[in-house]
Amino acid sequence: MSVNIKSKKIPLTGAEAVAEAMRQIKPDVVAAYPITPQTPIVEIFSKYAADGLVETEVVTPESEHSAISIVTAASAAGARAMSASASQGLALMVEVLPATSGLRLPVVMAIANRALSAPINIHCDHSDMMAVRDLGWIQIFSENAQEAYDNMFLAVRLSEHPDVLLPSMVGLDGFIISHGVEIVEIYDDELMHNFVGERKPNLTLFDFENPITIGPLQLTDFYFETKRQEQEAMKNALKIYLEIGKELSKITGKDYPYFESYKLEDAEYAIAVMGSTAGTAKDAVDELREEGYKVGLFKPKLFRPFPYDDVREALKNLKGIGVLDRAYSFGAYAPLYTDIRNALYDLDKRIPIQSYIYGLGGRDIFKHQIKNVFMELIEGKYTKEEKCIGLRE
Amino acid sequence: MNKVNKVKPGATWKEIPIGGTLPAATSLDYKTGTWRSFVPKWDPNQCSHCMICVHYCPVMAIPTKIDENGIKGWRDRIYKGVLRLETNLDYCTGCGVCAEECPTEAIKMERETWEVR
Repeated sequence: MSVNIKSKKIPLTGAEAVAEAMRQIKPDVVAAYPITPQTPIVEIFSKYAADGLVETEVVTPESEHSAISIVTAASAAGARAMSASASQGLALMVEVLPATSGLRLPVVMAIANRALSAPINIHCDHSDMMAVRDLGWIQIFSENAQEAYDNMFLAVRLSEHPDVLLPSMVGLDGFIISHGVEIVEIYDDELMHNFVGERKPNLTLFDFENPITIGPLQLTDFYFETKRQEQEAMKNALKIYLEIGKELSKITGKDYPYFESYKLEDAEYAIAVMGSTAGTAKDAVDELREEGYKVGLFKPKLFRPFPYDDVREALKNLKGIGVLDRAYSFGAYAPLYTDIRNALYDLDKRIPIQSYIYGLGGRDIFKHQIKNVFMELIEGKYTKEEKCIGLRE
Repeated sequence: MNKVNKVKPGATWKEIPIGGTLPAATSLDYKTGTWRSFVPKWDPNQCSHCMICVHYCPVMAIPTKIDENGIKGWRDRIYKGVLRLETNLDYCTGCGVCAEECPTEAIKMERETWEVR
């Protein structure tokens, strides 16, 4: 599909692509604390601000706890506020994350996914975002720099939609995406800024004619009702994500589904995986298809809210599924595996499904390993325990 | 800009403003006086209108007024200007900070007897 609009294809790292998106979004306030591998995002954006390319108030506080507090408060004051973090930085934000979502403030953050300490490790896995998946933040995972760029615009519109008003985090795999250079199609500044427009807050702390109280105490009488609203907002987000995706399609010519189904229509066996590994998995699928195997890839993009009905519909005809998680949920089934397995419960038949853990702490995953997963699925090697890919047993 | 409405007791999740946001100054509707098990007894004749209790009161339950005629207080002197008034028992939680801080012992804490009110 070709769309006649202004764009340029340039080599960028994922971090540069996200910073470009932020420049075009023009947030009023950005507060962030440096942490590998997120640092270049805010470093580059700060340079844009210093060079006068954006009129953003860039705040450099003493910690991530302060950074998220600043953007939450700025958002309450009516600003479009953004941040970025990773790993322990996101972990330090955890106290404030449910306040941002609970107060229904549309903050948007890019997360350069990195392993949680200890042992200390700077490389990619999804344990940071998985650890905060139940805190009321919309979560979108990206496969490459282009998706990270596009997802930033989706996230802003989705978060600020009056029927949603929830914060979002856009995940991009640390180093693999954040520091890897790819050709990224950057669309016209004005076009992209008009797509997100200006934030139109319903209520703000700066409306002195109508003063408001934000964050009052709610005990046994109202807390439950307020949390029920939050769940409703997540359900709304599921519907509105597709609507906003269709709008973005008019600019980019790309589709923005909940998940990418790669050669899944007639597939008998499929792997589900999020993030950059999906790219490797597509190559594995292509090669196995050439060898005559009916295999496909299922790549969730929108992880919270999780589109259970659509996932079930997409996977219902498979003969076997392998779910690759880049994080443990210690003492429980892995996060993505749990959700996909839950989605399939409502089917009349039972599809064999196997949990795999891979790539923790940035451990490489290779095409031959993914092909091996497919062969295990095809050969019917399923266990109730999760299997590890690339682990020295 | 839009306004936010006060919340009625028993309102459902569909009726209340999102995120718990309320109009300003709704704590005025919250009569913390019901928490009280002790009640401050203020003796105007012992009061020097020093304002220490007014500033220490955690719930701002001690009102003041400006009066240039003056009233009689501690050591039978006439006090003018900003004067302390009777504690507002709608909000007084009976914490006793005022009695503790009063330099002239003008406030005594007594057991609250709800029948009296």
